[in-house]
Amino acid sequence: MAIFSVYVVNKAGGLIYQYDNYVPRTEVEKTFSFPLDIVLKIHDEKVIVSFGQRDGIRVGHAVLSINGVDVNGKYTAEGKEILEYLKDPSNYPVSIRFGRARLSSNEKLMLASMFHSLFAIGSQLSPEAGSSGIEMLETDMFKLHCFQTLTGIKFIVLADPRQSGIDALLRKIYEIYSDFALKNPFYSLEMPIRCELFDQNLKSALEIAEKAGTFGPGS
Amino acid sequence: MYTEMTVHNLYIFDRNGTCLHYSEWNRKKQAGISKEEEFKLMYGMLFSIRSFVSKISPLDMKDGFIAFQTSRYKLHYYETPTGIKLVMNTDLGVQNCRDILHQLYSTVYVECIVKNPLCALGETLQSELFSSRLDSFIRALPFFSVRAA
Repeated sequence: MAIFSVYVVNKAGGLIYQYDNYVPRTEVEKTFSFPLDIVLKIHDEKVIVSFGQRDGIRVGHAVLSINGVDVNGKYTAEGKEILEYLKDPSNYPVSIRFGRARLSSNEKLMLASMFHSLFAIGSQLSPEAGSSGIEMLETDMFKLHCFQTLTGIKFIVLADPRQSGIDALLRKIYEIYSDFALKNPFYSLEMPIRCELFDQNLKSALEIAEKAGTFGPGS
Repeated sequence: MYTEMTVHNLYIFDRNGTCLHYSEWNRKKQAGISKEEEFKLMYGMLFSIRSFVSKISPLDMKDGFIAFQTSRYKLHYYETPTGIKLVMNTDLGVQNCRDILHQLYSTVYVECIVKNPLCALGETLQSELFSSRLDSFIRALPFFSVRAA
């Protein structure tokens, strides 16, 4: 049971805080000989598997390293284009590591804004009057919980589907935000949160929540 | 505590975004836009949610997006391998609708539409048999109860 990450989004939909608590990385490293039976393509400046799913390598996985050296986008660490490199038979046998690509900060910003809009559309399409936006989004691998405050700040937590006590955790994060960000005289509203005490207290709140404890008074 | 469970409405989309079917049973509030725009908005929202979920997911997903809930309703989603998307809005008491939507697809949609040589795939469903079978299927659900007006 784990809590994967926390996102805080301001009134305008901009990401002001992001923390990855535990992100499971599924990576597969294999040695290949020419020709490569996996079809690769370039997408978003990364080399992605487009066809040829096998042995734990799924469609959508990115090339993470070649021969043990981490790649740099669509180029190898030496600056050669990966697709060209893999077309040359003299470079084989080659050991390639595939896995889910890590999200860059830009991508996280875009995803937060995307959710901000989806939250609003969820409320608009409601068949019942007086509905809030999306409070919980469920998939087979994770559950996304969202709490919107009266001032329009959204606290978003991604957790394991079986994790309980997330509602209490969201309220607790709101409390930590008001104690260590809002009461900080150097913090400007709606701006990215860069308060050390906020980070520390958030981390300990996540630890307590993962152990399925409750937040006592004054904790 | 007396909780009433109910189905609000149901949408069926094809892989191109055309709304093949829409039914409502207990809808309290309209979206404030025309039906055509509402279908486009619903499809667009689902398309964006699927893309959002595949990017933000920490692990590789098998079934993908299943449902979401707000303070008043729960939206259940089921997509077939051919791209047919079934969307059902219910109240919050309802748990897992994936199997129900799958059953709806296999017993009602496949039987009445796919196996019907007169039904052109990709157009709004005109079949009376489909509409009535769908209606009785939903009304027969254990959590369906018509609220008094």
